[in-house]
Amino acid sequence: MTGLVYAAVAVAVVPLVLIVGDVVIQGGSQLSLSFLTNLPRPVGVPGGGIGNAIEGSAIIVGLATLIAVPIGVGAGIYFSEWPESRLSFISSFMNDVMAEFPSITLGIFVYIIIVLTTRTFSAISGGVALALIMIPIVARTTEESLKIVPVSLREASLALGIPRWKTVIRIVISTGRSGLATGILLSIARATGETAPLLFTAFGSSYYFGGNLNSPIAALPLLIYTYGISPFPQWQAAAWGAALVLVGFMLILNLSVKLLIGRKFAGVRAEI
Amino acid sequence: MEQSGSHVSSTKFETKELKAGFGRNMVLNGINLRIPQNRITAVMGPSGCGKTTFIRCLNRLHELTPGATVGGEALLDGENIYDRNVDPVAIRRRIGMVFQKPNPFPTMSIYHNVVAGLTLNGVGDKKVLNHAAEQSLRSAYLWDEVKDKLTNSGASLSGGQQQRLCIARALAVEPEVLLMDEPCSALDPTATAKIEELISNLKRDYTIIIVTHNMQQASRVADYTAFFYLGKLIEFDETATLFENPKEELTERYITGKFG
Repeated sequence: MTGLVYAAVAVAVVPLVLIVGDVVIQGGSQLSLSFLTNLPRPVGVPGGGIGNAIEGSAIIVGLATLIAVPIGVGAGIYFSEWPESRLSFISSFMNDVMAEFPSITLGIFVYIIIVLTTRTFSAISGGVALALIMIPIVARTTEESLKIVPVSLREASLALGIPRWKTVIRIVISTGRSGLATGILLSIARATGETAPLLFTAFGSSYYFGGNLNSPIAALPLLIYTYGISPFPQWQAAAWGAALVLVGFMLILNLSVKLLIGRKFAGVRAEI
Repeated sequence: MEQSGSHVSSTKFETKELKAGFGRNMVLNGINLRIPQNRITAVMGPSGCGKTTFIRCLNRLHELTPGATVGGEALLDGENIYDRNVDPVAIRRRIGMVFQKPNPFPTMSIYHNVVAGLTLNGVGDKKVLNHAAEQSLRSAYLWDEVKDKLTNSGASLSGGQQQRLCIARALAVEPEVLLMDEPCSALDPTATAKIEELISNLKRDYTIIIVTHNMQQASRVADYTAFFYLGKLIEFDETATLFENPKEELTERYITGKFG
């Protein structure tokens, strides 16, 4: 029986190890400061880099986070603290549906409402598309983190003559804050790796961000896609390097989440 | 139902035909009770008799449960707290509550837990807060044990200490009435004894209503006892009289352990 369990773990872990290993082996040789900061160069010219893609991803994901966090956290708070309302019930259900939406359809949606109307690919449209992916994740994890906060804490606060809204902000959210942070970090990790919606919104670029959020912008997943399917070994190698950067970023984010949960849970355990 | 003994002290809280329930279920059926000021009144009865619902009606906590219903009047110093113009939040500042299971705020230090009712209501003056913290912790018989570790987390204390912390937290707001819902039922006998002692001291400054299913505790601590059964007030009298010479047969049967 134990053998079966070990075997199951191996089956689950082996693909992860193989993928990460592959990316490290293929992309490791590309890593250097110039690779991370240079712009892409034409095939045949050495020294190209992915600097613009890293910068572009940071900008798009940053934009998306600015949009998604207030909306997602606000929605999550509403679902958790006012569950008796009809709006809450319906929206929460629709939120779960949206979380499972194919990201490419969200990309097409943003293409229609922003790219077509502004007549340009843009960082803004990319940010909005990623925000649409992030919001359901943030809302759901916020709702679940707040629901874990014991009712007795809310009642203790209310019994002190603290109004309900203040109880929610100062007691409930404060107690569930590590769960909230975790949800936000996880949604950022997810958004950074999304490719399909960016295909028709951010579109990609060979240059650094020029200050105009209304023009096309580079992003790591886009670069990996474009260079990865190209016939040039030099570009394919760059794609591997970019993939390594992306995977590395994900690992760092997920490790941070683990650290956060580890530290904060100590307080909750004692209270139980 | 006979009520006697309250001529000794004035009435702090009076309920008139107080009813309460959840949805179609009525849990309290028209309670008429006069709680004497600066005394300890125990509310006693078997499980399901409505005693917890009763005190949760007194600080308007009951109505916050979805589907909860309340009817009748509850007069604090002669004024109905269920009146249309009354702000429930303001009422809850005059009536403190201590719960069955200690519930200190886990993200706050001991100090911040005690003064939470003040800081979250806008009080920022350090001197006022420090004074309130020390006073309340002394009244809760906790000051000496925590005065050197006020910045430790509220959750780092033992069960009995946490409950005294919750009492201090309730007292810091300077309420007039203190409601206690079986405050010792989750604690060991030593911790219980400490809390019973401090409750006896508190009645100088507060009117205390304590729900308990422990008859010995009621006889140790309470000046008056109300016996509830199936949502009705069966008898209310001075504790000694109620236990030694109950007027109602139901009371007598409960006290002698025939049911409960």
